[in-house]
Amino acid sequence: MKPAAKPAEFAPWLDPNETPLIRFDGVTKRFGDFTAIDNIDLKIYRKEFYALLGPSGCGKTTLMRMLAGFETPTEGTITIGGQDMKGIPPNRREVNMMFQSYALFPHLTVWDNIAFGLKRSKMAKEEIPERVKEMLRLTRLEKFAKRKPHQISGGQRQRVALARSLAKAPKLLLLDEPLGALDAKLRQQTQFELMDIQEKTGTTFVIVTHDQEEAMTVASRVAVMDNGKVIQVDTPARIYETPNSVYVADFIGDVNLITGNATLKDEGLAALSWAEGQTEIIGTAGEGLSAGNATFVIRPEKVAISAERPEGMNNVVQGRIHDIAYLGNISTYHVALPDGTMMKAQAANNRRLSRRSFTWEDEVWLSWTDTAGLVLAG
Amino acid sequence: MNLARRTLIGIPYLWLLLLFLVPFGIIFKISLSDYAVSIPPYTPTLDLSEGWQGIRGFFAALDWENYVFLTEDDLYWRAYLSSLKIAVISTFLTLLVGYPIAYGMAKAAPEWRPMLMMLVILPFWTSFLIRVYAWIGILSNEGYLNQLLLWTGIISDPLQIMNTPTAVYIGIVYTYLPFMILPIYATLERMDDSLLEAAEDLGCSRLSAFWIITLPLSRSGIIAGSFLVFIPALGEFVIPSLLGGSSTLMIGKVLWEEFFSNRDWPVASAVAIILLLILVIPIILFQKNQEKNQEADA
Repeated sequence: MKPAAKPAEFAPWLDPNETPLIRFDGVTKRFGDFTAIDNIDLKIYRKEFYALLGPSGCGKTTLMRMLAGFETPTEGTITIGGQDMKGIPPNRREVNMMFQSYALFPHLTVWDNIAFGLKRSKMAKEEIPERVKEMLRLTRLEKFAKRKPHQISGGQRQRVALARSLAKAPKLLLLDEPLGALDAKLRQQTQFELMDIQEKTGTTFVIVTHDQEEAMTVASRVAVMDNGKVIQVDTPARIYETPNSVYVADFIGDVNLITGNATLKDEGLAALSWAEGQTEIIGTAGEGLSAGNATFVIRPEKVAISAERPEGMNNVVQGRIHDIAYLGNISTYHVALPDGTMMKAQAANNRRLSRRSFTWEDEVWLSWTDTAGLVLAG
Repeated sequence: MNLARRTLIGIPYLWLLLLFLVPFGIIFKISLSDYAVSIPPYTPTLDLSEGWQGIRGFFAALDWENYVFLTEDDLYWRAYLSSLKIAVISTFLTLLVGYPIAYGMAKAAPEWRPMLMMLVILPFWTSFLIRVYAWIGILSNEGYLNQLLLWTGIISDPLQIMNTPTAVYIGIVYTYLPFMILPIYATLERMDDSLLEAAEDLGCSRLSAFWIITLPLSRSGIIAGSFLVFIPALGEFVIPSLLGGSSTLMIGKVLWEEFFSNRDWPVASAVAIILLLILVIPIILFQKNQEKNQEADA
């Protein structure tokens, strides 16, 4: 989903000479005896669109609020642009935030909301209207400049909030669940607008979200968090294809999990014995996998479903269709294996529904290639 | 519209008609009558036994004499002006005292708020009259306040607070404080805290965020509270009588004296009607404020 126009792959995190814009070094945040953030190290680079993804209560919002200056770390240091942020209040950071509730000032017009930060900056008075106009144009709000926040729609309010937080041209823009209040269609459209604006302004964006699809769509890199820890930081594709843990695999997208006992094989493969009388499953060995307890993870769309036993495959199991979830473009088949394990397989609906090949209670074969799934420790 | 709905809407109107408009009509009629040594102490009274002639005679006897009298004796307009002044100053003082309290309540931890609210309302559980009497015990020359100040050596002679306007201000501020606190608290409490964070994020210091964000957003509460204090304070009778002594001139007191000491019901009624007219203006403004808030909320 990344814009194809980018000339070279944007990956400053791979370049050892690049200095990160933001560094978290051993940052811990405790509220009483509750540890919200547990010894986190992070590097975020200039012009990145960085997503903090995790379930509610995982600490992602606390992490963002520490960047904005609303919370101070209990331990560790945060540096932005090489400067230690300790003791610097929010109003003296070159960081702006777009709030989940938008936090638009209800008594001010759209214009005044956007101008709010500029009026408190060193910007010359005559330049302010020009900048506000520019922001209005960027967010396509020219017509609504004179309205009050309660006189515009939710999507427009979201854009005012974005325009207001971008007006001061911050080094870093924080977005706290920015699209949570929008309906699905508008959200999708706005995601692309956000990416567009991020690219036009060249600002570094850090977005907090619990919506994995959103994180995958907009972000250059995603940090998956759980219980105050960062579990994995990687590009959306790598997070999806090569999760480093069962937690990440399970959190991102739909997945089949089969637990068993792993043995390592050649060429980066591993075998998993998972049920009596069943042949071993072959999959790509996850990073740091050792023999012993392991989980095989595979995405439903990588599992093929067929009526006849496919030839020449190592991973083949038979089962009975238990349920079919029809999603329009695709269908997800829930197939019960002989030992009771439920496995999901996805197939595109490239035929009309009435001519669908499989139906409930059909005996089918599921198969996948040797490298389609991952064997992960734990 | 069906009957049930008409009845439902009709009941409050009937209530207003019986308990507001009819008494108003009676008072207005008395204000146009003349003083008489009789029961009731005014003429004319409507006598239907004389038929049409009687009704015409009744209306012929009504005149604006009492209103003219009010303009001639400077006691009345001085009393009105003095009442206005006392009401304005005490409303302002109540705001000064009440706003920080309301602000503190709204910023308190959520589990404390019901308790604080309770403490604000608690005095209402005692009779208003008793509470005002209690202030005599505090403010008089031998009262607790003077005793305390004498004991600490801050003053060597007791302060004369009783029977001065100061005592009246203290009494009004004390009595009407909850009416100021509660509406302001209501607006502050529902204010989204992220607005202040947003202001800070955009470069405001905490202090300027208060002036630019908090204060304007609590404006409707300030206006509502001010009217809720100003309107009853203007016609206040008990507090100036008990605490203000003879030196404080207030229209409520004048009204009471006309009715009960002078037994001049027609003049007293005229005073009451004028007071009502003066109050109608702030009441209308108050209603406008409330309507605007409702629109903004919608």
